Amino acid sequence: MTDTLHRALVADLRESNIIELPQGGATALRVPLPYFVRSAEVMKTAGARLAAEWGVDETPFGNGFAVWAAYNLGTEYLLVTAALDAAKPAFGTLTGQYLAAFRFERQIMSLMGLTVKGHPDPRPWIKHEDWPQDAYPLRKTCDASAPMPRVEGTYQWIPAVGEGVFEIPVGPVHAGIIEPGHFRFQAVGEKILNLEARLGYVHKGIEKRFESLSWQDAAKLAGRVSGDTTVAHALAYAMAVESAAGCAVPPRAQWLRGLLLERERMANHLADLAALCNDVAFAFGYYQFWNLRETMLRMNKTLFGHRLLMDAIVPGGVSVDLAEGAKEDIALEIHGVIAEFKRLMEIYDDNASLKDRLYGSGVFPQSAAFDLGVVGIAARASGQGLDARLQNPFPPYDTVVPKMHVLHSGDAHSRGWVRVEEVRDGARLIAEILAGMPTGATSAPLTAPAAGSAGFSAVEGWRGEILCWVQAGPDGGINRCMVRDPSAVNWLALEQSIKQDMVPDFPLVNKSFNNSYSGNDL
Amino acid sequence: MREAFPLLIEACQIALVLFAAPLLAGWVRALKCWTQGRTSPGVLQPYRNLIKLFSKDIVLAHNASWVFRFTPYLLFGSVLMAGAIIPIISVDLPLSATADIIALVALFAIGRFFIALAGMDVGTAFGGMGSSREMMIASLAEPAVLMTTFTVSLFGHTTSLSEMVRFIGQQNFFLSPSMVFAAIAFVLTLLAETGRVPVDNPVTHLELTMIHEGMILEYSGRYLALVEWAGMMKLFIFTSLGVALFVPWGIPQGDDLMDIPLAVLIMAGKLALVAAGIVLAETGLAKMRIFRVPEFLGTAFLIATLGMLSHFILEM
Repeated sequence: MTDTLHRALVADLRESNIIELPQGGATALRVPLPYFVRSAEVMKTAGARLAAEWGVDETPFGNGFAVWAAYNLGTEYLLVTAALDAAKPAFGTLTGQYLAAFRFERQIMSLMGLTVKGHPDPRPWIKHEDWPQDAYPLRKTCDASAPMPRVEGTYQWIPAVGEGVFEIPVGPVHAGIIEPGHFRFQAVGEKILNLEARLGYVHKGIEKRFESLSWQDAAKLAGRVSGDTTVAHALAYAMAVESAAGCAVPPRAQWLRGLLLERERMANHLADLAALCNDVAFAFGYYQFWNLRETMLRMNKTLFGHRLLMDAIVPGGVSVDLAEGAKEDIALEIHGVIAEFKRLMEIYDDNASLKDRLYGSGVFPQSAAFDLGVVGIAARASGQGLDARLQNPFPPYDTVVPKMHVLHSGDAHSRGWVRVEEVRDGARLIAEILAGMPTGATSAPLTAPAAGSAGFSAVEGWRGEILCWVQAGPDGGINRCMVRDPSAVNWLALEQSIKQDMVPDFPLVNKSFNNSYSGNDL
Repeated sequence: MREAFPLLIEACQIALVLFAAPLLAGWVRALKCWTQGRTSPGVLQPYRNLIKLFSKDIVLAHNASWVFRFTPYLLFGSVLMAGAIIPIISVDLPLSATADIIALVALFAIGRFFIALAGMDVGTAFGGMGSSREMMIASLAEPAVLMTTFTVSLFGHTTSLSEMVRFIGQQNFFLSPSMVFAAIAFVLTLLAETGRVPVDNPVTHLELTMIHEGMILEYSGRYLALVEWAGMMKLFIFTSLGVALFVPWGIPQGDDLMDIPLAVLIMAGKLALVAAGIVLAETGLAKMRIFRVPEFLGTAFLIATLGMLSHFILEM
């Protein structure tokens, strides 16, 4: 791990202003509040990306609130925090430096009730208007078990006026069986002028719920942040807790985690390729890719007891192990899937009508991808070389190195193609992980993190980089668990990539991103 | 007794259009399942769907006007009327004399006009979008259909469907360039007119991409059953029309009731083959971008025009 960002910050703010906090998984620096925005400027100059920003209620420690920001450059993750006043918690916005701060800070304002000075859009986010204005669920003073009173309110949409401009409201309930989200299009004829997404319909209070659970039980909740990414989310949580507690995970458990993560990635990529075909009415591809995904899920059920691999990862290790002959079963299964995949790809790549729809749809320019700080598939399809498996190379990825596939056109095709390459690479990774699988225990006993300790982790889920930050309270329980799903940044990318397109292309472009509603709304 | 035969044949044909149309739709869907490697729910599934819809309550928007409630009946009636005038099991249909090929296109246009109005009636965004897209496609598809049928008319020296089919049926089979052009153009317009891939996707759940489905999104219960049934009949009629115009051999020329069973069998065979062709096209193609549809239908129009020109140049 390099320390470029750390040194840059120390050089600019002077050593006396910076306190290094106890933190596992990354370096955490506390700066005086006036320097919080300055630190973002330093990070921006150093070329770092704002990966997450969140608020913490530290009243159980006898403090006020705190604001945290996570920056990433190459393999370095740097956390910068500043303490806020308990009575009037406020801090300056980072949106001047980082566009990605836009949604993070709206969420901090809505759910934690911190004032963000200078934020260009103080409308509530995630928290809907039928909640009381002063209900801030992430504060310790908010009792999560008490029913929330319902109030009247309206959401102010960004208006569009002009000759022939009309609005198309879509959702939150859709004709298909998908997650709920509202999309407001402003269009002239079929041409889209602007798209405003409004989410929060599946806000379940997950971050608040973490705080009332034990470290072990919370792993189950983490695995349900977004059902299709259960392995990656559970892994991110487990690694954050382990880094806070200083728990060493046995090598076999680490390699099994890698195996599960890659299986989840392959199965979901196959599902996405199927869905891309379905959205352009290429039903043949839909059913064939879906069939391959189903093959993998059934094998999951046979080998690990759950189709989506829920609860397979626990803090300290894994709850599953490879049975006798399981390696051969997986090898055979992957061989069959890849052979069929190869045949399908010949059809997929050779179909002119499919290409006509995918190429040039929903172009997300590289400059925008950099500015918005998107992650995962969306980033790699738009020229950004980001992959948390390489940025945070925990075992087995230190020896079994994933290939990063970066494309530059940023259209629906390239987002699809990154998935194609990752399915192929996933088969290789699985084979290598199986070949190098160490023997030994599959879990270590987890000692609870010490009071006040914190842990951070970054895991590449199939959508992209998942961040998790946990903080132990004075009683040794969970004081705060911050989860940042890749969708929290990638939803902004969808809005930006659709502006050159027409209305009927939206479902395809949306599917090419395939952001999680649940992971975003928490 | 003998003088009642034409009426009986007409009645047979109407019953056939009504009750065989879901079978054709079921056959198309079953074939689609098989080409995609799935088990099909059987060719009778559309009947079950219709029965289900007829037995369900209607959910009506508060601001739905008479247009919305009236349209399903009008659409159903106009399509059934079209089914009564084209020669499917006999060229000698009493109703056939009442309308020619231009009137047939107009009948479809009436149904389409009202369904587009109904799409806008409730005032949802999807209905309006569906209607505007449907009108764009209609404005391009109808001239192409007319041009195609005119080419066949030139060949048969009449715009009466019965006379055209009778004339072609009396010829020995030979490939005339104008008929080949017309047949190709007809297949292209058939895909557009009946809302198949690559123009529209009849099974989509994506509101923003819908054309026909967008217009009928607010329909439920009995109304939806009628609209769906009319859609199936339209597919049946268009494929039958194609068969009648381009491969009429086997359609009885006289009014003998004894010919009807054989005619139905021959027709069923032809339709099954045409349906297989449609399914192959649908399986191999993705839906095109909506602004490519004008190019697609422009091509159909151009081919139909070429057919007409080649008739004058090569066959006069």
